[in-house]
Amino acid sequence: MYSEIVMDHFKNPRNVGEISDADGIGEVGNPVCGDMMNVYIKVEGDRIADVKFKTFGCGAAIAVSSMITEMAKGKTLGDAMKITNKDVAEALGGLPQNKLHCSNLGADALHLAIKNYLDRKAGKVPDLEVDREAHVKGATPEGCYCPYCSKQVEEESPFCIFCGSEIPHEHDH
Amino acid sequence: MGLIYLDHLSATPLAPQVKQAMINHINTIYGNPVSDHQVGQAASQALDQARSQVAALINADPKEIVFTSGGTESVNHAIKGVAIGLREKGRRIITSNIEHKSVLNSLRTLRLLDYQVTSLDVDQYGLVDPAAVEKAITPDTILISIMLANNEIGTMEPIADIAKITKKHKIAFHTDAVDAVGIIPVDVKELGVNLLSLAANQFYGPPGVGALYVSRGTPVWPLLDGGMQEGKRRAGTENLICIVGMGVAAEIAKAEMPERLPRLQALKERLRQGILARVPEIQINGHPTQCLPHVLSVSFKYIEGESLMLMLDEEGIEVATRSACASGSLRASHVLISTGLDFATAQGTLLFSLGTDNTEADVDRVLEVLPPIVQTLRDMSPLYKKEHTA
Repeated sequence: MYSEIVMDHFKNPRNVGEISDADGIGEVGNPVCGDMMNVYIKVEGDRIADVKFKTFGCGAAIAVSSMITEMAKGKTLGDAMKITNKDVAEALGGLPQNKLHCSNLGADALHLAIKNYLDRKAGKVPDLEVDREAHVKGATPEGCYCPYCSKQVEEESPFCIFCGSEIPHEHDH
Repeated sequence: MGLIYLDHLSATPLAPQVKQAMINHINTIYGNPVSDHQVGQAASQALDQARSQVAALINADPKEIVFTSGGTESVNHAIKGVAIGLREKGRRIITSNIEHKSVLNSLRTLRLLDYQVTSLDVDQYGLVDPAAVEKAITPDTILISIMLANNEIGTMEPIADIAKITKKHKIAFHTDAVDAVGIIPVDVKELGVNLLSLAANQFYGPPGVGALYVSRGTPVWPLLDGGMQEGKRRAGTENLICIVGMGVAAEIAKAEMPERLPRLQALKERLRQGILARVPEIQINGHPTQCLPHVLSVSFKYIEGESLMLMLDEEGIEVATRSACASGSLRASHVLISTGLDFATAQGTLLFSLGTDNTEADVDRVLEVLPPIVQTLRDMSPLYKKEHTA
């Protein structure tokens, strides 16, 4: 199901952990979706000197996290911002169709960490906890939507898998 | 070290006697059971014998057994067959929120044809309340379909109690018993159901063959139209090689059940106790006692099931997962969510299903390998806080 590169990064993930004095932190996804990733960066000059990750997710999500940290390490912030989801998926030798959303997670987490660093530098310090709360509760009963899960909820689904809300159907009661 | 297979709900290895019976059949019989000549009659006899063997497993009359292509077809046949058969009488069907996809999606199809479905809640163990079934019955209710044992958490439903209610209200009652038949004693007369689905690959028979028990007088329209096979209930030339295998598997299952059951129960208990003792912050899903003897569902907090399954596979331990990320679907299990489990915890669920080939040494190997893998993944998880271990 997974390529050899994916399995290698899954079995021996690079750069796992946190950076206690990180210059930037990016968090995307949430456990409801089945994927959540935190990326920590340490910046020296305009380069990413160190990068670590923590991920809750499937084999693909862990491999993506590992690969994105490898790709970002040593790059300038500008170059790191140019890494796309497609680049990550390609570097991993491809991902199964239903796991492509995991590659979105990786690039987005890295970019958010860089943005967080730049915001901090500019004196705007976003509170991660508040961001997270908004993300999980962002889904509404009529428009259940998670930016990292590309699949739509089926019409007959008894509940939304992204936000947990029940979807009432006329014929149920 | 060989692989330790703990996914018997997905498939079971063929029993050696089953394999031999199928080979013997291929070598000697090729006729069509409907042919009245000698070659055809040899096939017809093989079919009759398998039908008697399967009927004996569930205490049915052989005439009440319809061979199918497996559990999914049996369920489709029961539900859609009654819906069509009783379409003039009413259009409502009652079921539960934790049924197998073959039930859910058969009902989805029937909704398109203007049938109405009432789906009942279950409690934290996955149990359906018989009183709730009775309350849901309306004058236009034609069928009730509740599973005998759940395929994700193993909980066994109070089928005999529900059957008393359906009998009182004269409503057809189907039970999806695919994961129970061949493992635990199943007696259609004691249960009192009208229809019951079963599949051979749950009890060391081949995949691609199953049966539907149809009690005499139950109005079931055929699912497959054509010739007069299976008492005009299921057209198409029978898959006789697999049916012969299913017959032998049924006979062995019945004969060996008294010896298999306590062994499975003991292995499961060893696994359950072992995991509870070695891994903190887990939840065992399903009913503590009203549960299949070979099924154990465990949710591990802070981690995701597929990574856990892949890491166990690397160690030669084969288990199933019911996390959203597995099995091509991104949904959290509707069964686990229905029992009240939160979405994040439901994502970290492993499903162990034991079989006759498993040993205590297999279980001990799992208990040795599993805890460090869980810890590795928890250390990698942003949800896991170090103080939890203190």
